[in-house]
Amino acid sequence: MKRLLSGNEAVAQGAMEAGVRLAAAYPGTPSTEILETLSKFPGAYAQWSPNEKVAFEVGMGASMAGARALVCMKHVGVNVASDPLMTFSYTGVNGGLVVVSADDPEMHSSQNEQDNRHYARFAKIPLFEPSNSQEARDFLLEAYQVSEAFDTPVLLRLTTRISHSKTIVECGEWVRPKVKGFKKDIAKYVMMPLYAIRRHHFVEERLERLREYAETTPSNRIEIRSKSVGIITASISYQYVREVLPDASVLKLGMSWPLPLKKIRQFAHSVGQLIVVEELDPFLETELRAAGIDCVGKQHVSLEGELNPERLQMAMVKAGILPEVTFDGPPAADVLPRPPVLCAGCPHRTVFYALQKLKANVLGDIGCYTLAALPPLKSLHSCICMGASIGTAIGVDLVGGSQEPVVAVIGDSTFLHSGLTGVMDAVYNRSNLTIIILDNRATAMTGGQNHPGTGLTLMGEPTHQADIPAIVRALGVEHVVELDTVNYERALATITEAVNRPAPSVLITSEPCRLFPEKRRGEPYRIDLEICNGCAVCLKIGCPALFASEQATPKGLHKAEIDAAECAGCDLCAQLCPVDAISVGIPEEVA
Amino acid sequence: MMGTTNVLIVGVGGQGIILASEILADAAMQAGMDCKKSEVHGMSQRGGVVTSHVRFGEEVFSPLIPAGSAHVILAYEAAEGLRWCHQLRQGGTIIVSTQRLIPPIAMTKEYDYPTDAIEQIRDRGVDSIALDVVGICQELGNPRLGSTVLLGALSTRLSIPEPVWLEVIKKRVPRGTEELNIKAFQRGKEICVEAKA
Repeated sequence: MKRLLSGNEAVAQGAMEAGVRLAAAYPGTPSTEILETLSKFPGAYAQWSPNEKVAFEVGMGASMAGARALVCMKHVGVNVASDPLMTFSYTGVNGGLVVVSADDPEMHSSQNEQDNRHYARFAKIPLFEPSNSQEARDFLLEAYQVSEAFDTPVLLRLTTRISHSKTIVECGEWVRPKVKGFKKDIAKYVMMPLYAIRRHHFVEERLERLREYAETTPSNRIEIRSKSVGIITASISYQYVREVLPDASVLKLGMSWPLPLKKIRQFAHSVGQLIVVEELDPFLETELRAAGIDCVGKQHVSLEGELNPERLQMAMVKAGILPEVTFDGPPAADVLPRPPVLCAGCPHRTVFYALQKLKANVLGDIGCYTLAALPPLKSLHSCICMGASIGTAIGVDLVGGSQEPVVAVIGDSTFLHSGLTGVMDAVYNRSNLTIIILDNRATAMTGGQNHPGTGLTLMGEPTHQADIPAIVRALGVEHVVELDTVNYERALATITEAVNRPAPSVLITSEPCRLFPEKRRGEPYRIDLEICNGCAVCLKIGCPALFASEQATPKGLHKAEIDAAECAGCDLCAQLCPVDAISVGIPEEVA
Repeated sequence: MMGTTNVLIVGVGGQGIILASEILADAAMQAGMDCKKSEVHGMSQRGGVVTSHVRFGEEVFSPLIPAGSAHVILAYEAAEGLRWCHQLRQGGTIIVSTQRLIPPIAMTKEYDYPTDAIEQIRDRGVDSIALDVVGICQELGNPRLGSTVLLGALSTRLSIPEPVWLEVIKKRVPRGTEELNIKAFQRGKEICVEAKA
């Protein structure tokens, strides 16, 4: 049956056709919808794990027990899971295991644009790269066959453009998962030096056998058209090549590690100029050059960002393949940007406004609250990776050199992902740090997914709700206090007290997210324009419901207004207004 | 060989652009064509700019519309229409809602919201149809019908047969609102035909 599916949905569909028994992941854009889709299929089992390392280990266990397992994450999640990945490459599988890495060229929703094809080479495992949703489904099925036939985990690499584009997929029948059961095999699964040495030898041999497989799989195919130019490409870049260079011959790599060098040589000999078209790093190009195959690539195609038809066209003009193009239409209009903002009524806003008033040095983390770095709040000063806020703050605090208070800010899901060890370090090494856990009980930035602190599993079943204050106390923090974000003055006082304490403090907010699990709004507020003196204090909290009115004061200051449709009724602006011009109620019609 | 038709749908996060592009893509597929659609989810949902590329025809390669080759731009917001209208191909049409959504950044001194966006689009000499979508919704008695009104307008510029549109809309809109949405689709269509005449 034909269906229009995103790459992520197609992976979920493929998992059902492959008989996957267990899928585990931590949510991360652009990978999240794979498990969200899969968890809704009857008979499937999928779970959110606290982080990617645990998700990978759960998948590894399912594989050892002889079941097919799927593990999904965004590109930076593979960094977290890389410890088990590197050694699971040695042990190999029992049931097939595929790890999906959803990379994010152009950083639509990420902190870097690392190219995870390197992980396949690094871990010495096969790599598949679909160029549309049909291939996402097809390659997943092939990946499970390869995983079991060659005794290896397999990397399936998507990119944002594959994950989030919808294309037509011919779907097949679902199959019932099989489980062979755990078999004790110490020499295969206990990676102590004695056995690991033998398994490393196996890995190198396996790579050679996989190379032979890459030569013959129909997923690596040569398309001969005009022979003057030959393009070697993979992933979404293939679609741009077909769009921009419809007459060029193409070697399309579906399995792009290890490389089929014989096939590549054969193709190189049959065409004139050989060009490698790939997003981000010269992964293919470097290997081709190392193998002595003459080609060009990154001297024309950018190392940065994602490709698109226009960028590829410009690159091919540069390479002398296409004639110079002139765009005769009018130029793009210069329209103001629309940076994403914290939602109206977001409980994080109170905390960041208070931190701004305290001139704190705020070490941040990954989540919606990263948006507090943008104007007008500008009160988050670092964002590196999941859980980094606490360790970074310990280092900043330890070396000193500045009078401003040091505060680490981390969300609930991020704290449970990898914040615990940071808190342990703060206590162990006697830091005086203030840590604020912004607990809105949702993985909000990725769409409000459940996590161990929400009391619900991915399958929607009730479960134990991790008690964050109890965890923090157990780690040795004595000053654990609830941070009230509804009352600004009280929040400011709580934070002020904590930063002045000569011992570590953990402040935990409790207001739930405004969007998840369901939209929450109060009665909208209004501004009395008779009273408003145009001081613009309320406009400094970065609320999307507040805007500058066309009405001005005699001194020419713009008064402020509230968009009643957008206002969530949180009361923060009303608390800050020095002249009490803001109150609850729908604005009266202007007569 | 039939060429590829390119429709660019633009607006602001939360306006229903993703659902509209789902309906269009589904309709194109039901009409027997190859179809691809692409947009980016994630941070852009927090009040940011949203674009959805929908392409259909005999065989579609890139899911992204090549620069300057949109046959139709469907803009849910006036300034967003202005932002993207240079992506129209020669002879293309922009259908733009006159609704204005002024972002918080417009309060700062560095940025101004273009209150004359519709005029600026017209001044570019492109075929443009400006629709008072908010007003039409008020007439129809439901503020949530804007997307369907715009799809009705869009349908006048595409080759997808009307029964296919109606079938897909019935399938995709919330239960109980089917009749209202079909009315909204027809209204969008009529206004567009009137505007052309």
